[in-house]
Formats: sequence, C-alpha cells, structure tokens
Amino acid sequence: MSAREVAVLGVGMHPWGKWGKPFVEYGVHAARAALADAGVAWTDVDLVVGGETVRNGYGGYVAGATFAQALGWNGARVATSYAACATGAQALDTARARILAGLSEVALVVGADTTPKGFLAPNAGERWDDPDWLRFRLLGMTNPAYFALYARRRMDLFGATSEDFAQVKVKNAKHGLANPYARYRKEVSVADVLGSAVVSDPLHLLDICATSDGAAAVLVTSTEYAARHGLRSGGGDVVRIAGISTVTPTFPNTVMDMPNLSTDSSLAVGEPERTFKASIGHAAYEEAGVSPADVDVAEVYDLSTALELDWIEDLALCGPGEAEKLLRAGDTTIGGRIPVNPSGGLACFGEAVPAQALAQVCELTWQLRGQAEGRQVEGARVGITANQGLFGHGSSVVLTR
Amino acid sequence: MSATATPAIDGWFTTGPEPALVGSRCTACTTVYFPPTSGFCRNPACSGEEFERVELSRRGTVWSYTDAQYQPPAPYIPAADPYVPFALAAVELPEGLTVLGQVAEGYGVADLRVGAEVELVVEMLYADETGERSIWRWKPVAELGEEADQ
Repeated sequence: MSAREVAVLGVGMHPWGKWGKPFVEYGVHAARAALADAGVAWTDVDLVVGGETVRNGYGGYVAGATFAQALGWNGARVATSYAACATGAQALDTARARILAGLSEVALVVGADTTPKGFLAPNAGERWDDPDWLRFRLLGMTNPAYFALYARRRMDLFGATSEDFAQVKVKNAKHGLANPYARYRKEVSVADVLGSAVVSDPLHLLDICATSDGAAAVLVTSTEYAARHGLRSGGGDVVRIAGISTVTPTFPNTVMDMPNLSTDSSLAVGEPERTFKASIGHAAYEEAGVSPADVDVAEVYDLSTALELDWIEDLALCGPGEAEKLLRAGDTTIGGRIPVNPSGGLACFGEAVPAQALAQVCELTWQLRGQAEGRQVEGARVGITANQGLFGHGSSVVLTR
Repeated sequence: MSATATPAIDGWFTTGPEPALVGSRCTACTTVYFPPTSGFCRNPACSGEEFERVELSRRGTVWSYTDAQYQPPAPYIPAADPYVPFALAAVELPEGLTVLGQVAEGYGVADLRVGAEVELVVEMLYADETGERSIWRWKPVAELGEEADQ
C-alpha cells in the first residue's frame, strides 16, 4: 500500500426516490449502514464530513455538524463541503487529507439531499450579478438546455444519433434493475426514449436524469487503523482510495459551462492542454498512478445520456468521437470491455446532489469487493468516478483493490 | 419590437441598426471578457485592473444549439401566453470566446448546425408594466442548404 492511500472500510446508502422526508433522516440511515458495513463503532469516528447543498426550495443546509448531532454527539471534529455536484468528492478529499496528515484516523463522510420537483431553478429575488439567475431571466437557459448543447455537438461533429443516446438509457436501465438503491428499476426501450417528449432538442425526457432524495456515506480510515483492527472490508482485500481529483479549470476555460452565459476568451492566452473535464480525470489518474488502460469499471455523471458518452472520452477510455462505437459494440455494458455505470447511473437514480459523488464511490467499492449482486463487473480491481460541479468543481475518485 | 424598447440588462449590448455585444478588454493582456467586467483580470498571469469597453464582432459561428420546448421557470418571463418555444445557440466569436443567446424569432433548430454563421440582432424579450425589454439574439446568416448551391 502506498503511504498516500486511505482505506474504504464501509459504505452505505439510503435508497433514492421521492420520500418527502428530512435529509438528516436519509443521511443517518446511510451513515449507520456504512458503520455497520465496516464493523466500526460510531464512537470510534473522530471526523465527520458532511456534503452540503444550497439550493432553491431547499429547507435547510446539510453539514457535518448536522449529521454528528443526529448520530449522537461523540466529540468528533466536523467539516462541511460545498462543491455543487462535486460535493461528495470534495468531502471525501477533506477526510482523506486529515487522515493522511495524521490528524484523524476514522472519518465518516455523508451526503444527503431532499430535492424539489421539476426544473432546477435559482433562488427567488432579483439578482442581476448572479449568472445562475441571469441565464434564466435573459435567456431561459435551463440545465437540460446546456446538456442538449453537448449532445447536439456529438451529433453534428461525430455522427451520434438519437438512437445512440437512447441506447445509453436502455443500457443503464438494464444495469440498475438489480440495484436495491436505484429509484427507477424498469427496463426501457429505445422506442420508449424516442417516444418521450423532447425537452431540449435533441434530448427527450428519458434522456435527462431526474432529481431525487437520497443519501450515501463512506467510512474511510488510515490503512494502519484498518490493519490494526484486522478489518478486511467485505471479506476480501481492503478497497483503497488511490486518488481524488478536485481540480478547477485552467484559464481560459473555453467550453461552455452551466450556469455561465459565455466562456473565457482564448485570444490573448491560448487554450490549455486539456479541457476542464479532461483535466479532472487526468489529475485522478496521475495521483493514483494508474492509466485509463488499467480501469475495469467507471461510474460517470450521466446527467443526460449523451453526457455519459462525453465522460467516457474525457476519462480517456477511448479517443474523441469514439464513445458511440464503444456503446454500439456493447463495450460499456456489464460483460463488455469497460462497463460504465453498472449501478444504473443517474438514469436509474436521479440526482441527489451532495450524495451523488459518494454514491459513485459506494458502487465502485461494492464492485471491487465483488458484492454488486446482479450487476457485478467480474474481477474488477480498478475503478474511477467522474463528475463536474457547477462553478468549476472537479470530481474524480480512483479506487483500487 | 417598438423603438422605445429598453435593453433587459444595462450595458451588455448596443442597439440600433448594427447592434453588438459589449465586452471588456484588459488593457494589460488584451483578454476580452463578456459579460463586461471590472476589477481584476482573470488571466492568472496578468495583474491588470483596467478594462476598456469593446464592441464584439457581430458575426460568429455556431458552437452548438438547442431549444426550450417547455417554458423555463422564473425568473424567465415568457413573452407570450400560451408559451411559444424558442431556440438557443452558443456562438464562437472571432474574439476567442463563445456566447450564449436565444435564436432570432422565426428560426428553430432546423435552421442551425454546428459551424454555421450567425449574426447578432436585438429583439423583444418580454414586456412588463414598464414597457418592452430587448435582448441580443443570434440570427442565421444563410438559409440551410444555400451554401451547397454556391
């Protein structure tokens, strides 16, 4: 084991859905599941990191202290992360940093959310200096509209089709059938996707992920603690975090990002070597000391079906414009060369923002332990997650066994 | 749109027969920003703090495009009831940046493709008790299929 690694001893989730309960209840459920999975007592936890969400219609704030109090004050240190969709990875990175610095030994990382219905919209009030408000007022630019821009580029530049996008949904729906934490567990056909209403051309309703309630928790410890307590993480070799990327973009960021109305200009300063999304995975690979060819399984942020194809290329699992070929060949299906989103992805979960990046880590932990019943990627030893949070938050975690 | 329409946001675009977006150019490194900015240059290698107002090119090429088939939520203000869908485009300008905008009235996704040329126009976004509000929009320069005949 490298000195830069931490052990993932326990993972736990609350099923995704629309349950209408307070986020704290989901979070505690997931936290207790992670502790039970690890066989570690709550009183042993010396750090709680909470993933926070700040959003429209949202009744409160998720924070480390909220969960620590709900679990019963035990004197643990707390921290709170907010990095939009990347919140979970940033929370995990905070836990890892304290453990690697020798300041903590046993850290519980929790993300939970209760979400409103429909389009995500900004907070009320007039905010003329907030791009997230201006994009709605001046342009009527919703989140799916941004996803649709990326999807359309794949069609016009790479020859992707609506059927390809639909096929991503078909694949992920099939993957998620046996996942007890998935909100949607139902087979979907290409005709179902193409027959659903167009929200933002070329994306149909079933190309776009829903928003969900849900929670995920990860118990990480120093590798010394794991060895000292003989904790083997699910019976096999202990799963380890080999790299976490929380990089920000490099100026100029020339790809249109939600919620911006424009990109940086590349006229005075040339474009960086990598786009922001490509740099997220690159940093994770570098830190973990693994290459894309080593990856056995990936969990990527399919906010839309087409976005999964972008991520496959941004993680360098294939070249630019080649993701449709992988999809069509069945390479990204469980049983294929590089299965993507064996959990069912956001297509089956819907997005619970501060929990989602942790849910990706939970899934890869089960995959690497061989415990992903009904959706197991056989022999998986290296997994990578990827997502991007608003306002320049990268998120990618490499797990190894 | 009546001649009395006022821009939905101050200082972001000019009106008149040849409207243009208004950006800020850093006087030190020449990086151009839109929306217009002030304060500090965001080029990490530049310590510039002064900007000059600059009108951006009125023509650019489509980076990508889509539409809004459902009425967006507030603070979007619909121009008509019932709601009429509109198209959106991200347009690469010669200044090296890409700018979002709605697509001119009467045009939809079928009139666009990645790489096509568009031109900036100003049209009515919505009307409220204070009168009509205008916004910049992207208008296709050539009808699709026209290039093939040339």
